[in-house]
Amino acid sequence: MSDTTTRHPTRAAVRQGIWVGLATGAYGISFGALSVAAGLSVWQTCALSLLMFTGGSQFAFIGVIGAGGGGLAAAATAFLLGVRNSLYSLQMSPMLRLRGWRRLAGAQVTIDESIAVSMAQHEPTARRAGFWAAGIGVYVFWNLATLGGALLGNVLGDPKQWGLDGAAAAAFIALLWPRLRERQAQVIGVAAAVVAAVAVPLAPAGIPILAAGAAAAAVAWWGYRPASADATAKGMV
Amino acid sequence: MWFWVIAASVACLAQKLLGYLVPSKALENPRVAYAAGGVTVGLLAALSVTQTFADGSTLVLDARLAAVAVAAVALWLRAPFIVVVVLGALTAALLRLAGWG
Repeated sequence: MSDTTTRHPTRAAVRQGIWVGLATGAYGISFGALSVAAGLSVWQTCALSLLMFTGGSQFAFIGVIGAGGGGLAAAATAFLLGVRNSLYSLQMSPMLRLRGWRRLAGAQVTIDESIAVSMAQHEPTARRAGFWAAGIGVYVFWNLATLGGALLGNVLGDPKQWGLDGAAAAAFIALLWPRLRERQAQVIGVAAAVVAAVAVPLAPAGIPILAAGAAAAAVAWWGYRPASADATAKGMV
Repeated sequence: MWFWVIAASVACLAQKLLGYLVPSKALENPRVAYAAGGVTVGLLAALSVTQTFADGSTLVLDARLAAVAVAAVALWLRAPFIVVVVLGALTAALLRLAGWG
């Protein structure tokens, strides 16, 4: 592997991107099944994967809807979870130097995975190749898997009987887990979790999430220390 | 619901486009980046809590808690995402089959 990496850095980046695309794209099955279980139609589920295409935001959207929240709260939560994508695109912009329709295509595949694969490469050409390979790879497999999951979920019947609500809870823990390595992130996570738990009996579904997001922003904003930020931001963003 | 699906999707795409349209240095304030990361952590933590304990507007303990506990152990053992999700579903489904939660 290290041998091929040094001889063909670009080809290695593309191969890595495609594998990440396949592996990550497979999660689309769980998204599709959970989305129809939350009450969205197969077409709405596919629209989320085709248009929104940012996993955390998509899971958040259907999570709020499934809990009985309104469309506005679902959209707001999805939007807030997507804020990191603006930071990603800002980071990638000088390297990709996109023009015209490529800019729209590049923007759409700017996600955790394409950034991660790109950043793992050492040469500029390989970085660009890794970004596109992972971005397009995840896009294709994620959308195919979403359709499969949505159709499968539709014929399953009662989602609780199959433990799909347990799957949803597990999915969010899995999304959160890798971001909890730093001490500051753990503090923010606990604060947000407490706010959400306290707000559930007090406010309509969807609002507790937004209140927790606001609390997290406040804790992070006022707890910011320049020295610690570099290490922490890598884990959290 | 279609309206919110489209609106949220367009908003998320606009977020991604933003960084390619504005001049590079505009949003590079490290404190803003740090707070944005904090919001991501906070929202995921909150969603984990509501998906585990919320039933409408009450907090309950049911099979989902066991699903999350199993998921946490799997994550600790470095299991991949898809395995964690399937284990969560299996745990909840088996407990319900056994008549709990």
